[in-house]
Amino acid sequence: MVEQRVFKVFVEVFDIPTDEDKSKLHYNEHPKWDSLAHMALVAGLETEFDCMLDMDEILDMSSFEIAVKTMENHVD
Amino acid sequence: MSIKSEPHAGNLCNLQDRVAVVTGSSRGIGFEIARVLASQGCNIVLNGVSNESAIEAAAETLRQDYGVDVLCCFGDVSDASVTADMAKAVFKKFKRLDVLVNNAGILDDGLLGMMTQDQINRTLDINVKGPINTMQAFSRLLARSPSGSIINISSIIGREGNRGQVVYGASKAAVIGATYSAAKELAAQNIRVNSIAPGYIKTDMISAVPEDTHQERLDSIAMKRIGQAEDVARTALFLASDLSLYVTGQVIGVDGGMLI
Ligand SMILES: NC(=O)c1ccc[n+]([C@@H]2O[C@H](COP(=O)([O-])OP(=O)(O)OC[C@H]3O[C@@H](n4cnc5c(N)ncnc54)[C@H](OP(=O)(O)O)[C@@H]3O)[C@@H](O)[C@H]2O)c1
Repeated sequence: MVEQRVFKVFVEVFDIPTDEDKSKLHYNEHPKWDSLAHMALVAGLETEFDCMLDMDEILDMSSFEIAVKTMENHVD
Repeated sequence: MSIKSEPHAGNLCNLQDRVAVVTGSSRGIGFEIARVLASQGCNIVLNGVSNESAIEAAAETLRQDYGVDVLCCFGDVSDASVTADMAKAVFKKFKRLDVLVNNAGILDDGLLGMMTQDQINRTLDINVKGPINTMQAFSRLLARSPSGSIINISSIIGREGNRGQVVYGASKAAVIGATYSAAKELAAQNIRVNSIAPGYIKTDMISAVPEDTHQERLDSIAMKRIGQAEDVARTALFLASDLSLYVTGQVIGVDGGMLI
């Protein structure tokens, strides 16, 4: 469930297809995931999960997998 | 020719349901900015560092006089963990932020060759790192607002310089540099970033100025009067409100035509 919600944000923010290979979603490696997109991603995740992320969480969020783990800590 | 109707200026200043963080708002210019924003219906987040009960008292005044919601966040803005906690507290209580006023600042004059490292660091920490910390902590919350506005309080000294104020002047010039860059970075998220450069304003900050210097300063003001905190606060209201929806990356002097 969390994974689906996180992926929905990735799809919206990066404008990628819904069948994108999630294992390829890495910061600064995926063509759509640069630093500007990263801040948009963070804003999108914060809105979706109605939370505020810590600076460490933002800086550590370097892959889709880590993003899911991070957001699992923000579900009520 | 048809006459285009213009909204009443009062409506454009209306801040009902919006939320503003004003750092260093226990007294002086910061409190006055908080008061003027609250007078337009804005909910307020107050902050100060040395006197918790002064902030609580200020909050009570705003609640009673204007019926707005007030959150008190006690702490030093030069500490990033404090500003991060502030952002969480604001999110928890209000779920939104529309205006951030970086007002907290200190003045600690000293001639070159006579300033300690502690003096230099403290001024730069509070006056420069403070606004950067809050902009980092609050910008994403501001991005959710339909009209986010950041107002950084600089100083005429940051633009013109003054004897004995190398560090203060450097810190306030840095505030202007940070304003210019943040304005460019945040414009895409519809956040306006502007600065106010006050001249000589009657607050505790200038109470230690010796009488002869005080007179010298007054003589240098073309409008022949000292500025009041309210003069700065009304400019902050302009920048906080929809009156300035297309204004960003600007520095507005509020100095009565002071020459330094
Ligand atoms: N007055 C002038 O002539 C003048 C001219 C140009 C620019 N300015 C600028 O305007 C701003 C306000 O000045 P003012 O005259 O109102 O000063 P003030 O009367 O001395 O008030 C300073 C405010 O900042 C707070 N503060 C100081 N250090 C802080 C910190 N580390 N963290 C959080 N809050 C802190 C103080 O809180 P506490 O009450 O807890 O100490 C107080 O609320 C400053 O940035 C100043 O540089 C003033």
